[in-house]
Amino acid sequence: MSNTYYKPEDLKKFGNVGEFQKDLADKFFDYYNAVFEDSALSAKEKSLIALAVAHAVQCPYCIDAYTEASLEKGFSEEQMMEAVHVASAIRGGASLVHGVQMMNKVDKLTM
Amino acid sequence: MKSLIAQSHSLSDPQTQIDIINNQSDKIKRLDKFENKLKDIGLFPLKPTGIEIFQINVGYMCNMTCKHCHVDAGPDRKEIMTKETLQYCLDALKNSDIQTVDLTGGAPEMNPHFRWFVDEVSQLGKEIIVRSNLTILDTRKFEDLPQFMADHGVEITCSLPFYSKRRTDAQRGEGTYDKSMKVLKILNDIGYGKEETGLKLNLVYNPVGAFLPPSQDSLRKDYKERLWNDHGIVFNDLFTITNLPISRYLNFLVMSGNLEEYMEKLITSFNPSAAMGVMCRNTISVGWDGSLYDCDFNQMLEMKTNHGAPGHIKNWDLEKLNNREIIVNQHCYGCTAGAGSSCGGAVT
Repeated sequence: MSNTYYKPEDLKKFGNVGEFQKDLADKFFDYYNAVFEDSALSAKEKSLIALAVAHAVQCPYCIDAYTEASLEKGFSEEQMMEAVHVASAIRGGASLVHGVQMMNKVDKLTM
Repeated sequence: MKSLIAQSHSLSDPQTQIDIINNQSDKIKRLDKFENKLKDIGLFPLKPTGIEIFQINVGYMCNMTCKHCHVDAGPDRKEIMTKETLQYCLDALKNSDIQTVDLTGGAPEMNPHFRWFVDEVSQLGKEIIVRSNLTILDTRKFEDLPQFMADHGVEITCSLPFYSKRRTDAQRGEGTYDKSMKVLKILNDIGYGKEETGLKLNLVYNPVGAFLPPSQDSLRKDYKERLWNDHGIVFNDLFTITNLPISRYLNFLVMSGNLEEYMEKLITSFNPSAAMGVMCRNTISVGWDGSLYDCDFNQMLEMKTNHGAPGHIKNWDLEKLNNREIIVNQHCYGCTAGAGSSCGGAVT
């Protein structure tokens, strides 16, 4: 398939969202850049968190960007995959924990 | 694996390499020229700050054939510096106050005059750095070299592209990591890497792929922790080196479809402070045949010293070399990206 919704080269155009609404884009990117600075958490730690979250929200742009960022921060393949497993565990757990709600409802509806 | 030159590969030709990093696609053609970047910050022509490091490539022969090697070194390379040329180097060193002699290759240990030369340089009172691939020291012919180097106070700077087996072996060949750990332990046993002995053992990280190195300080901490916890190994320093887009690494970039992105990344990461501190400003590189270059990378691209500076070690003239203009091209972006890169690691 030659046409896809996601194109790798579009990641570099992210900043272009400011063309339609500059003030909000500027605020967002200032905030974004501030979030990833060294602070209470290091920029290195944040890149691995971002990699995990990118998988949780299944954003192809973010996965590309934070895979590269994680390599450039010095993480190993094992560490990166463990971060993805954390995302996966939380996502899976989030589904499974709703099983309690289902059980509660079953209790209420059944004898 | 054979060297590119033994394969008669088109990328063994320096001119082809230069053409690719300048003109391979319309996008690459449009990228800012390195020379213009230097002009923008008032650093062109690039001039030396004074030669402090005398780096000698004593030959392209190596027991390994690493995928990223900018020298295209390997067992099939026969270019080896002769004793006569090494003598010219000694003559130049005797008449200068250059303090550091940096021996590289190939595997510099494989030069048949290696021991004689180290002994001679040592008697001049110079600091000697040997860039070792580690695995050569795990062979019978060279197993006594660690003690020889310790006896001569040689600083050993060795390749270890990552603290994990997976990534190290992916770049340098299956089994490299285990051999490297074995040799590092031997070096530790004779005192290398231990503060109290003064025998310096430094490791070199370079990215196993198309990305830039991590922060040197942060990675040094990771290496120290992992090598100590996993193997009980200690070392002094870690240097992060960026891969320059030439030779076998260029071949990897082309074959993996990463060339455009990598060149763009190097250029968008251009750091003027790193440009101020590039190693060619305080280094001279001597090729296996005695030719002079601004750095080991220019040597591989056969870009000799120019603009009135002597082109061969037998015509050594420190004053002229200190006043030369350094030859630059698009590969130079590799030394100015991010924290910068040199044979001694990050420059900022």
